[in-house]
Amino acid sequence: MPSELIHKFMRIDHLPHIWCAGCGNGIIMRDVAVALQELIDDPEVNLNRGKVVVVSGIGCSSRAAGYMDFDSIHTTHGRAIAFATGIKIAHPELEVIVLTGDGDCSAIGGNHLIHAARRNIGLTVVTFNNDIYGMTGGQYSPTTPTGDMATTAPYGNIDRPFDIAQLAAGAGATFTARGSAYHVRETTELIRQGIMHKGFSLIDVYSVCPTYYGRKNHKGGAVEMLQWQKEHMVPAARYYAMSEEEKKGKLLVGTLTHIDFPEYTAEYAKLIERAQAKAGK
Amino acid sequence: MSKKAVLMQGNEACVEGAIAAGMRFYAGYPITPSTEIAEQCAVRLPQVGGKFVQMEDELASMAAVLGASVTGVKAMTATSGPGFSLKQENLGYGCLAEIPCVVVDVQRSGPSTGLPTSPAQGDYMQARWGTHGDHPVIALSPASVQETYRLIIRAFNLSEKYRTPVIFLMDEIVGHMREGVVLPGADELIINKRHISYHDGANKQCYYVPEGQYVPAMKPFGQGERYNITGLAHDVSGFPTGSNAVAGALYTRLMEKIDHNLDDIIRVEEYMLDDADTAVVCFGGTTRAVMSAIQEARAAGMKVGMFRPVTVWPFPEARLRARIHGLKRILVVEHNYGQMLLEVQRVAAERLPVEFLGRFDGTVIPPADILQKLREMEG
Amino acid sequence: MRYEMRFSGSGGQGVILASVIVAEAAVAQGLQTVQSQAYGPEARGGMCKAETILSRDQIWFSKVIRPNFLLALTQQSLDKFAGDLAEGAVVMADSSLTVPAGLEESQVLRLPILDTARDKVGKLMTANIVAVGAINKALGLFGEEALYEGVRRHIPAGTEELNWKALEAGAALVSDEQAAAFRQSLD
Repeated sequence: MPSELIHKFMRIDHLPHIWCAGCGNGIIMRDVAVALQELIDDPEVNLNRGKVVVVSGIGCSSRAAGYMDFDSIHTTHGRAIAFATGIKIAHPELEVIVLTGDGDCSAIGGNHLIHAARRNIGLTVVTFNNDIYGMTGGQYSPTTPTGDMATTAPYGNIDRPFDIAQLAAGAGATFTARGSAYHVRETTELIRQGIMHKGFSLIDVYSVCPTYYGRKNHKGGAVEMLQWQKEHMVPAARYYAMSEEEKKGKLLVGTLTHIDFPEYTAEYAKLIERAQAKAGK
Repeated sequence: MSKKAVLMQGNEACVEGAIAAGMRFYAGYPITPSTEIAEQCAVRLPQVGGKFVQMEDELASMAAVLGASVTGVKAMTATSGPGFSLKQENLGYGCLAEIPCVVVDVQRSGPSTGLPTSPAQGDYMQARWGTHGDHPVIALSPASVQETYRLIIRAFNLSEKYRTPVIFLMDEIVGHMREGVVLPGADELIINKRHISYHDGANKQCYYVPEGQYVPAMKPFGQGERYNITGLAHDVSGFPTGSNAVAGALYTRLMEKIDHNLDDIIRVEEYMLDDADTAVVCFGGTTRAVMSAIQEARAAGMKVGMFRPVTVWPFPEARLRARIHGLKRILVVEHNYGQMLLEVQRVAAERLPVEFLGRFDGTVIPPADILQKLREMEG
Repeated sequence: MRYEMRFSGSGGQGVILASVIVAEAAVAQGLQTVQSQAYGPEARGGMCKAETILSRDQIWFSKVIRPNFLLALTQQSLDKFAGDLAEGAVVMADSSLTVPAGLEESQVLRLPILDTARDKVGKLMTANIVAVGAINKALGLFGEEALYEGVRRHIPAGTEELNWKALEAGAALVSDEQAAAFRQSLD
C-alpha cells in the first residue's frame, strides 16, 4: 500500500520503478518529494506545484523524473542542466529541479555543470551519485574511487575521482551540499534549502549500487553499503564537534558552500530593462 | 504605398525575420559564418523582452533551445557545419519529443574545420540524415536576403504547426551578403501559434492525436498539466513504452505528419520552365549564379529554366516529376560534391540525362562556368 | 550603369565598412546593390577584400569577378588585385603606393587618403570614410542625402561631425577634372 506521499507525488501507474532491489535511488527520489511537499505546504513559501519542472538526463538516476508527478522531462545523456537552463531562462518563475547521476552530470555533462554553476542560474541539481555507470552495467565513472573495480577497470581504476560538490563549488556554485541515501532527514533538509536558495544549488547525494559497484568491489549488499554511509558520513552538527583526528576518513553530510550572489535570470531581467531603456531613448 | 528598402545582411535578416515570427529565445555558440546571428540576437532580443544566452557549447545551445520551447517560447539557434554536427543528437530529441524550434545552419566549406569563411552547401544530406534513426525533417533554404526574412518566418510557422525542429539551411553566400530589403509590415505577415489543445476534452494525454490528425497539442510546461516528455519511444501519455507496436505507431505518425502534408510544406521556385529544354536544379546561394547564367543563356537563344526547391527537405519529388515531361535534360548545380544531385537522379535519371556541376573548394561557381556547361550539354 | 567595385586593404583599415557604406548609400538612392566580403582568420593586419555591385537592374550573381573599380589602401592589395580587373577599369589607390606593372598610370588615381585622414581629419581610422568621399566625387554615384545617410547608419552616434569632415576631405582630394577623366576612362 503506497504511502500518502507516494500517492500524492509519484505517478503510481508508472511504478514499480526499474531500480534494482537495494538501490539507493528510490530513497533519494523520496527525499526530493518530501522536500517539495514541505515547500508546497509551507505557508511562507507556498510553492506552486504546477510551476515545478523536474529535468533529468540519462542513466539510472534520470528515470526518477518520469516517476515524479510534476511537469517532467527526461532529456539526453549529460544535457539535463543545459535543457534546464533553457527552461529557467525562458520562464524564471518555474522551479527547476535537475535529477542526474555522477556520469550524467560530471562526465558527459561536466561542461554544463560547471557553466551553470558559473552563471549562478537558479537551478537545483540533485546528483544520485553511485560511483558507477549502472544502466550500462557497471563501468567506472568520474566518482569511482582510485583502485576500485568496474567492468571497464578490470585491473583497478587508475583515474582520480571527482568530488562533485567541490567541483561545483570551484566553478562558482553558490549552494553546495553533500547528502547520502542513509541520511534521509539531513539530505531532505539540504534539498529543501537548495530549492529555497536563490542561485545555483547542487546537492551531491551518495547513493548505493549493490548490483554493480557493491558486488564488483566486495562491499556487501545494500545493508552493508548503507552501514558504511552511516559510519563514514557524519551530519554537520556532529562533524563540526569532532576533532581533526576524528574527522580522518569521515565525510561531512551538510552544506559545503552557501553564499549570496546575484542570480542569473534576475540579472537578465535587469539587462532587459537596460536594453529597453537604451533603445527607447 | 511602397516601403523604403534598407540594407541588410543575410544573417541579420534571419534575426529580424525570426523576431517578427515571434522568436523570443536564442541560445548559441559563436561559429563563423553564423556568428552575426548570435550577435544580432544579443542586441535585439532584450529590446523585445526576449532572452539571448551564449551557452558553453553547441550541444548546450541545442538543449537550451528545446528547454525554452517546452515552456511555450519560440526558440532558435544558429550554427555552421562543425556545430551542426554537434547539435544532431538533441535535434533528434526535438523530432521524437515533437518540440518546435528552428535550427539555422549557415553552411561553410569542408568536413571538419574546413574553410571557415568560405561558402559551400555540403550539409544538404546532413540536414536530412544528420541525427540517428528514421526521423521527419523539414529544411528550407533561402536564395536572397529578402527571402531570408520571409522564409525564416515560414520556418517558425511550419515548426509550430507540425511540432518539429525546422532546419534553416543557409550558406555563407546568402548569410554574409548585404542587399536592400523591404520589410513587410506586421499586418502582411502570417504568424502561426502552436496548438495547445484539441478542445475535445475526451483525452488529456499529452501526445494524444485525434483520428485523421497527426500533430499532438500539449500545453507548455508550467500550466499545471504535469505531463512527461522523454527521448525514449513513448505512448500517448508521454511515458516510455516497451511495446514495439506502440513505438512503431509513434515512428509512423512522426513520418506521416510530414509525408501527408507535403503540399503545405513544399515550396518550389520555377523560373522559365514552360518552354525550357534544360532545367537547372539548384538551391540556396547557388541560385544567384544560376539566375545570371540563365539570363545569358536565354539571351543566346538557349531554352533554359530553373527548378529551385525552397523547401529542400522533403525533396519536392512530385513537383520535379511533373516537370520532367517537357524537358530534354537536367543540370544540377551545387556547392558540394553532388548531394541534391542524388535526389534529382532518383526522380529523373531513368527518363532523361541528369548532369552535374559542383564545386567544393570554398570558391563560388561563376555564371560563366554554368553557361559553358549548358553549352556542352546542348552539344 | 553597372559598377562592380572591389575594396581592398589591410584588416582594420575599414575597407569592408567602406563597401557597406557605398551599398547603404545605393539603397538610399534607390539603386540595386549587393555587398559581400572575404577575409582570412586575422582580425587585424591580414589582407582583406570587400565587394559592392551597383546597378539599376536586378543583380543576380553576387560576387565580383572582374571589377571595373578597385580601391587599394595597401601595396599588397594593389599588387594582388591589379591582375584581374575588367578592361577599362579604374583604380583608386593611396598615394603612398607604387603602380604595379600591368596597370596604366592613367587608370590609377593616386590620392593621399591615409595622410588626409591622419593629418587633415585628425584620425587615421577615418581613412575609409575619406575614401568613400573621394570615390563618390570621382564616380558621381550618389546625391549628398543618400551618401550621408549611408554613412550615418554605420557610425557610432556622436561621431557624425568627424565623419562629415572625413567625407568632405575625401571629396576635396578629387578635382572636377580628375573626376571627369576618371569617369571617361571607365566608360
